[in-house]
Amino acid sequence: MRYEAPESLEGAVALLAGAKGEARVLAGGTDLLVQMRADVVDPELIVDIKKIPETRTVTEEKGGWRIGAAVTGAELKEHTRLKQAWPGVVEAANLIGSTQVQGRATLGGNLCNGSPAADSVPALIAAGALASLAGPKGRRDLPVEDVMLGPRKLALTKGEIVVSFLLPPRPARSSDAYLRFIPRTEMDIAVVGAGVSLSLDAGGTITAARVSLGAVAARVLLVSEAAQAIIGSRLDKAAQDRLEAAARTACRPIDDKRGTIEFRTDVAAVLSRRTALIALDRARAN
Amino acid sequence: MAKHHIEATVNGDPAEFLCETEDTLLDVLRDTLDLTGSKEGCSSGDCGACSVMLDGRLVCSCLVLGCEVGGRKIETIEGLAKGESLHPLQRRFLEAAALQCGICTPGFLVASKALLEKNANPSEHEVRFWLAGNLCRCTGYDKIVTAVMDTAAAMRKG
Repeated sequence: MRYEAPESLEGAVALLAGAKGEARVLAGGTDLLVQMRADVVDPELIVDIKKIPETRTVTEEKGGWRIGAAVTGAELKEHTRLKQAWPGVVEAANLIGSTQVQGRATLGGNLCNGSPAADSVPALIAAGALASLAGPKGRRDLPVEDVMLGPRKLALTKGEIVVSFLLPPRPARSSDAYLRFIPRTEMDIAVVGAGVSLSLDAGGTITAARVSLGAVAARVLLVSEAAQAIIGSRLDKAAQDRLEAAARTACRPIDDKRGTIEFRTDVAAVLSRRTALIALDRARAN
Repeated sequence: MAKHHIEATVNGDPAEFLCETEDTLLDVLRDTLDLTGSKEGCSSGDCGACSVMLDGRLVCSCLVLGCEVGGRKIETIEGLAKGESLHPLQRRFLEAAALQCGICTPGFLVASKALLEKNANPSEHEVRFWLAGNLCRCTGYDKIVTAVMDTAAAMRKG
């Protein structure tokens, strides 16, 4: 098993594109090392991307924020201004695993692990984040909702890596939130996750919204019907009911040991409403 | 393929070792550097028995590759005591019987020290959340949490 830690994107892309056998990108390793240990994967080449500066930095860009794919959850939590602009994204990232896992786990890894239950992904999708990719044909941007196609299946081509995420500028009176349901209080995998981002006008009416649901389909969903259900409202009871109905309709979950189809569908509706109410409160305070 | 030749700092001293790509930092610490204080519980990042500090950040050494740590600073349980003098957390764990079989204890101590360096006055809630990634099958946690809170209080008094 070969290990490489290139210091340039070009170097990383060339290594991955030229790999003969199975190649894996290493960011925080909290999924990859577990999968290697369990013999789920046995890569011939591991490309550690943490020495590439763009993957490890958080910077302001065009009024928004660029977050490196290999920035850890613990680092995001300590970034006061990012947390103020995107509390939902940061809280979602901070729900992944323990303090120890937070010291290593990354947004890029959470997305590229390809789990529909990934906690940070609904928050990133609700935020309207763009994944910035680098590959043999150069750079391109993909909306985060288009990166994952299904469990363990990504839209990345051979040699392509997620380098960073761009979160858009925040208008006044905007905020976001993320909630998940797990049967315990800490360290578990989402049975359902809900991310909501919204903006208000001066009168408190929702002018823009994005709603995303995790663990209720083969991929994390961007539910535009749920956003439409609350845009133009002040999230009154009628709008909350429409939001719940839209969330319910969008769900295509599986039955498994963590939740039945019926339970997941119900929880998706409830979490969508609660998450939207938190985002609304935060937006009012901004 | 040839082994990786890695130079790092372990508990303040330079350390040099050879490892295979698939060797974890925990494998290297225990099997190559003879630092067997860090324990292998689950090897999947769930139990925290292998907790160490990597460049000042609390991590599970079972989820770090040995070949990743070149040039980096690692602190293990072996670095907690200064010679014969135990760290206040170690003393308090002994006095309060905050351990039984002891397998989880090195991880709890490393994690608790990391917490107190970040937050000298944690609430019980904060202690429990911070230590949620350290599993103990003996104590029921209460004595551990109390020992951490008591140590924090004593250290604040100086």
